Amino acid sequence: MELFEMTAASLSEKLRKKECSAVEITRSTLGQISNTEKQIGSFVTVCEERAMQKAEEVDRKIAAGETISPLAGIPIGVKDNICTKDVLTTCSSKMLYNFVPPYNATVVDRLEQADAVIIGKCNMDEYAMGSSCETSYFKKTKNPWNSEYVPGGSSGGSASSVSAGEAVLALGSDTGGSIRLPASYCGVVGLKPTYGSVSRYGLVAFASSLDQIGPLGRSVQDVATLYSTICGRDPMDATSAVREYGDFAGKMNRSVKGLRIGVPKEYFGDGVDPEIKTAVMSGIDLLVKEGAQTVPVSLPSTDYALSAYYIISSAEASSNLARFDGVKYGYRTEKYTNLLDLYEKTRSEGFGDEVKRRIMLGTFVLSSGFYDAYYKRAKQMQQKISAEYALAYSQCDVILTPTSPSTAFKIGERTDDPLKMYAADICTVTVNIAGLPAISVPCGIASNGLPIGLQMIGPKFSEQLLFDVAGCFENLCGGFGVAPAMKG
Amino acid sequence: MNYEMTIGLEVHAELNTATKIYCGCRNSFGAQVNSNCCPICTGMPGTLPTLNEKVVEYAVKMGHALHCKINPVSKQDRKNYFYPDLPKAYQISQFDIPLCEKGYLDVMVDEAGSIKRIGVTRIHIEEDAGKLLHDESFSGSLVDFNRCGVPLIEIVSEPDMHSSTEAKAYLETIKAILQYIDISDCKMQEGSIRCDINVSVCRPGEPMGTRCEMKNVNTFSGAVRAIEYEAKRQIEVLEAGGIIHQETRRWDDVKGENFLLRSKEDSHDYRYFPEPDLLTIVIEKEKIQRLKDELPELPNQKLKRYMEGYGLPYFDANLLTENPDKAAFFERCLEKENCKTKNVSNWILGDISRILNEKNLVLADTALTPEKLTNMIALIEKGTISVTAGKTVLEQIIFSDKTPEQVIQEKGLAQISDTGALEAIVKAVLDANPKSIADYKGGKTNVIGFLVGQCMRQSKGQGNPTVLKELIEKQMQDD
Repeated sequence: MELFEMTAASLSEKLRKKECSAVEITRSTLGQISNTEKQIGSFVTVCEERAMQKAEEVDRKIAAGETISPLAGIPIGVKDNICTKDVLTTCSSKMLYNFVPPYNATVVDRLEQADAVIIGKCNMDEYAMGSSCETSYFKKTKNPWNSEYVPGGSSGGSASSVSAGEAVLALGSDTGGSIRLPASYCGVVGLKPTYGSVSRYGLVAFASSLDQIGPLGRSVQDVATLYSTICGRDPMDATSAVREYGDFAGKMNRSVKGLRIGVPKEYFGDGVDPEIKTAVMSGIDLLVKEGAQTVPVSLPSTDYALSAYYIISSAEASSNLARFDGVKYGYRTEKYTNLLDLYEKTRSEGFGDEVKRRIMLGTFVLSSGFYDAYYKRAKQMQQKISAEYALAYSQCDVILTPTSPSTAFKIGERTDDPLKMYAADICTVTVNIAGLPAISVPCGIASNGLPIGLQMIGPKFSEQLLFDVAGCFENLCGGFGVAPAMKG
Repeated sequence: MNYEMTIGLEVHAELNTATKIYCGCRNSFGAQVNSNCCPICTGMPGTLPTLNEKVVEYAVKMGHALHCKINPVSKQDRKNYFYPDLPKAYQISQFDIPLCEKGYLDVMVDEAGSIKRIGVTRIHIEEDAGKLLHDESFSGSLVDFNRCGVPLIEIVSEPDMHSSTEAKAYLETIKAILQYIDISDCKMQEGSIRCDINVSVCRPGEPMGTRCEMKNVNTFSGAVRAIEYEAKRQIEVLEAGGIIHQETRRWDDVKGENFLLRSKEDSHDYRYFPEPDLLTIVIEKEKIQRLKDELPELPNQKLKRYMEGYGLPYFDANLLTENPDKAAFFERCLEKENCKTKNVSNWILGDISRILNEKNLVLADTALTPEKLTNMIALIEKGTISVTAGKTVLEQIIFSDKTPEQVIQEKGLAQISDTGALEAIVKAVLDANPKSIADYKGGKTNVIGFLVGQCMRQSKGQGNPTVLKELIEKQMQDD
């Protein structure tokens, strides 16, 4: 097995035992990038020089006998909407094609303190709006399992880099499923953490009340390790929760004895591919054989979740994206006659169609006369969905559903039909609306040869439980890894 | 035709907290362009605001001072609009649940001390925007972000005022309160208080007319001019058979007129919605009470006490209480208990204010202490020096460490009350003015003032005028 294919846990052990160097790990990963990147296109920017410098620094620390963190020397991809000081941060938009932030996101500071090696900035749907990674201004990322298919989105480059062995771990962001959906399409593990557990400072906002940064990796333990590193109170983010977090990876207990698994019927309806239903149900059966029990639960408002989600997220996006006006940074139109002309041309030329669609939708639902009919009712629906989850958790410990109603679709297949594209998020959006944590783990391969994802949803701040259940499931499945076509 | 005007005011006051409302930048005026700003207050992508708790405390204090109900739970909202001085393209403000609401302010509207109660609709917190600058070396506009994120409170009044005098009294009282509770520098020339004015007119007894709003009023005298102008404009429209349209107008104080900024149809849809980056503001009951208990005596209470307790006229009491430093100095003078209250007031409002105004200073910039001032006044009251000599003494003690006694000695300003020394002067003056003596004897007794003045001149200001007057009268009667 090549170094780039290994998990962070095994690489870290090798480093400590001096069986390999951090430079060798980074070089192996960069080598894989040079082999596969033309085909996959996971990155907007590959940080070759910086990565090598950091790896050398880690090797010096090891040579000096310093204790190193579990992420030291581990190549990590960072989604391109997470600010990295002195490194291009584009949100995969023409609008920010030249934007180099003078500051780090809090999560990036934490990665650097842990001596992780930032290997590159991952491609994404423009401003995280999309489910296929096709709305990027720069390139279309391909699914490492089959390059005719999308990797999912919006954190498509994060998922594909991990799946292709172009990064050991990656950070994505999840507003309506943007970590879990590509994780399931690319056959990797992805966690959308509890809202408020990971600082959003430095994450270019899409929908502030729903956005959350989270980890993707090829093992549950790796994802738990990365989550332990990035979570925690940040005084720079008023919405970050005031509480203590432990070392999730260290505390993992992969037992499900006595676990009550809630199975909501609304997530196994007609819209879900039968093959996926079967795969998820057999996954649940595996856990039941290990001592878990299933409980039927109901989340009746799920049908309204997608509408509520698109109203709330677009409303916030219309305001969050207003600052991209060509005045201070990023793209500015070349010819303009006055201020209004500058705004209109810059924004018309700088944003892609999907972003414009959401800005228009969001502007509309906040307009006077329409606010009560749309935004206010969507917020009421949010309360209702949260209450339904609370009721469900009085009957069960964790809820299991498919991550997506289908496996990855073909590139170009849904680009002309936004509603069909939005439907990919049907199983994931309620989690963001309720601010809950959820993890997606691979649970089999469909007849088209593409991975299927199983979603585990827990109550707020139940990440440890999710890691325990997902870890148990991983043991039963025999472990996950680099996509077959990408192996060294 | 008679018309009645109705005025409502929105006062924006910059708070004097050490740092800005949503970031750690210093909140100070006059720094080099774009030196007091950071990624947060310039709205760079990915940055987030965090609320400065002091801003909430300051606003609650103002709420208490204006007898408002303090909302223990309030929220912040985004007000969305595009402008280059607003780098996020939204202002964080408060929309439907302000920190304070439903208060009032009693203002004294005439010298008789008549009180008018003006309703305060609400007080909310918000962030200031930057400033556009224009430079001849550059064809476009430049933006200075230093003011971005400076904390503001907006105080909205009910439409309870019916003259520019009432509006001015309201504004002056608001300013005095801001200074007393020390939450704003109130420097008008730096724009730390600005107001928007709503004016409407109607015939007496008829319902209120359509209002127009005027923006960009930065001085209180400007507010008076703007109100008078707008009321006159509206009356002229009505008299000509026209109707008033609700609109926003911009006041140009240099030209002394306003012009249309936008009509109601063009008004912005700010698309307010709850700010998702900030938590609900929750203030504990105990804190609300503590902030109330910490309030100092407010200017109106002080004014009343000065009139009723010290027997000062409205004119004196009003001027003495207009800012807290002046009032405190006055009260520290009275604590010395060595001279008359009215004399202290006269000196502070007279020569001291004149000197300060000439040099554009405040009391704290000088070397004057209550002790030095009252000692000087006591010496005048005792007749040791004349009032004229007192003015000379003041000029010296106000800018040096010298005591009045030292100045009197150095300059030889002590009055001559010794009749022997003054008799010769009186004789010389009377000899030189035989006509005045004749006038006096003819019944024009007021020439005595002139003669005393002549004697004072001869004595180089040191003669005791009371003694001189007696001597003059005595000599003329003896003649």
